[in-house]
Amino acid sequence: MTVILKTEGLNKVYRQGGLVRSRQIKALNDVNISVESDKPVVIAVVGESGSGKTTLAKTLLRLETPSSGRAIVYDTVVTGKGTALSKQQFLGLVQPIFQNPFEAFSRYRPVDAYLNETARRVGGMDGAQAEAAVAAALQSVGLKYEAVRGKYTNQFSGGELQRISVARALIPQPKLIVADEPVSMIDASRRMIIINLFKQLRDEAGRSFLYITHDLATAYYISDYVAVMNKGVVVEFGDARQVMGDPQHDYTKLLLSSIPTTKSRWRPRKVAA
Amino acid sequence: MIKLNDLKISYRIGNRVIEAVNGVTLTIPDGSIVGIAGESGCGKSTLMKAIYGDIQSPMSLSGGSIEYGMKGADGRAVTTETIRREWFKSISYIPQSSMNSLNPVIRIRDQFTDFPGTDSNKKRVLERARAYIGKLGLPAEAMDSYPHQLSGGMRQRVMIALATFFQPELIIADEPTTALDVVVQKEILLLLMEVQELMGNTILVVSHDMGVHYQVTHKMLIMYAGRVVEYGDTESVFADPQHAYTKMLIDSLPTIGDDSMRGVLASMAGAGGDRAYRVEPELIEVKPGHFMARPSVGVAA
Repeated sequence: MTVILKTEGLNKVYRQGGLVRSRQIKALNDVNISVESDKPVVIAVVGESGSGKTTLAKTLLRLETPSSGRAIVYDTVVTGKGTALSKQQFLGLVQPIFQNPFEAFSRYRPVDAYLNETARRVGGMDGAQAEAAVAAALQSVGLKYEAVRGKYTNQFSGGELQRISVARALIPQPKLIVADEPVSMIDASRRMIIINLFKQLRDEAGRSFLYITHDLATAYYISDYVAVMNKGVVVEFGDARQVMGDPQHDYTKLLLSSIPTTKSRWRPRKVAA
Repeated sequence: MIKLNDLKISYRIGNRVIEAVNGVTLTIPDGSIVGIAGESGCGKSTLMKAIYGDIQSPMSLSGGSIEYGMKGADGRAVTTETIRREWFKSISYIPQSSMNSLNPVIRIRDQFTDFPGTDSNKKRVLERARAYIGKLGLPAEAMDSYPHQLSGGMRQRVMIALATFFQPELIIADEPTTALDVVVQKEILLLLMEVQELMGNTILVVSHDMGVHYQVTHKMLIMYAGRVVEYGDTESVFADPQHAYTKMLIDSLPTIGDDSMRGVLASMAGAGGDRAYRVEPELIEVKPGHFMARPSVGVAA
């Protein structure tokens, strides 16, 4: 069994205010989750804004240093005490996909420049190898290199651009891809393309995903494990079918009952005139 | 009752003219919540802007007309030219990302007294406003706060309070709950429904979330490529969708507890089955109160 993702007492404290009146905000409060599996998995982290799910992603991506605790990805300590990974090694193991692809790529640079750069800097490839890696990565997300080469962000739709950022993340052959709200900026009718792509990459290319979202329906659809976060605490964690089919914690129940479905209607309360 | 007669709205970009709304004929009855769905670029936001009367270059009304079925202060029927006089009186607009639409440097109470045409007695207006926001579930202190002191959900409530304060006959809400999480979204949507029940006005809600539409609306309007694909009572549209595009939209919603591959349809549509959804502008009544458009002539099925 491989430890795909494990956090041990992960804490992140932000300080707010000045010297006189300062407040501590526990964005991550003793987060302990552990997923061991032989097969690649999709782990979803759900919760509302301010629940700490983005802080968790940032910590796992080394964009924030944890206040205490550590995280292990594929049997390697990636952040916190005892990590020995260089930046290049780390980026070869964990890659990010961000919420807004229009912000992830600069408007003033062709997008394939980013893909090439990732291949050279992180993958350590030379020119021809990099070209081939970029073409292969784009093909695995259903795009042709010719259709992307030399184009700028405004020449793509949000969905296409997000597929390109998935392709970029794939180039160094990472084991884990951390996707922070990857579909919230994309049209509802096109979201499933990205979601199904994750599924396909898990099953065919053997990539694991940490899928951070507030959309519980897609989380249920794609993930193997789910962690429900509220105010920095993981309130419920486990097998996705089990957690969402039979929620134990009140907060999970509240989240699930708030999804607008097409199955049953809400009852509005009456306002006194 | 709002009537759209063969409405055409176009954008001029350089030498190109893009017909964003391309022949929409529609009757929206009074006192109902009408949901508008369709993907980005289908013309739903343009249609809302046109109904609101905010037609500015490069956008222009290139054909057809809108009848509002209301009378202005001069006693004449309101038209596209005179609808602006009804702003902040009988028509209001809740824009996209509206929680960032509040003026960040003035207090909420001053935003209430800032409307043109509200009572000149500020004290009286504020008293009413305080009572009103209390009814909408906001604490009285919210009136004296600056927008950044309120959470996203509270700001959205303030926006709804502002938009409904003068009891408009028509409210246009463009994606009122995007960027809010599910728990807050439910609160806001329930609030909108309560307000509508209380005032009996017409609300047009744009959203791409079919779940939201099912919960909130009485009637559904599905748009594709600037035209109406399907229009009818929400119950009927969801129970028995007529057009392939409507079916696709409804099916593209994954459901908790349902493990079948419902998402597959959605990915097919994105792969380029798009032209098959194009329709003619005329609507045919399939069932009482349920309309559908015929496929566009000259498009191979």
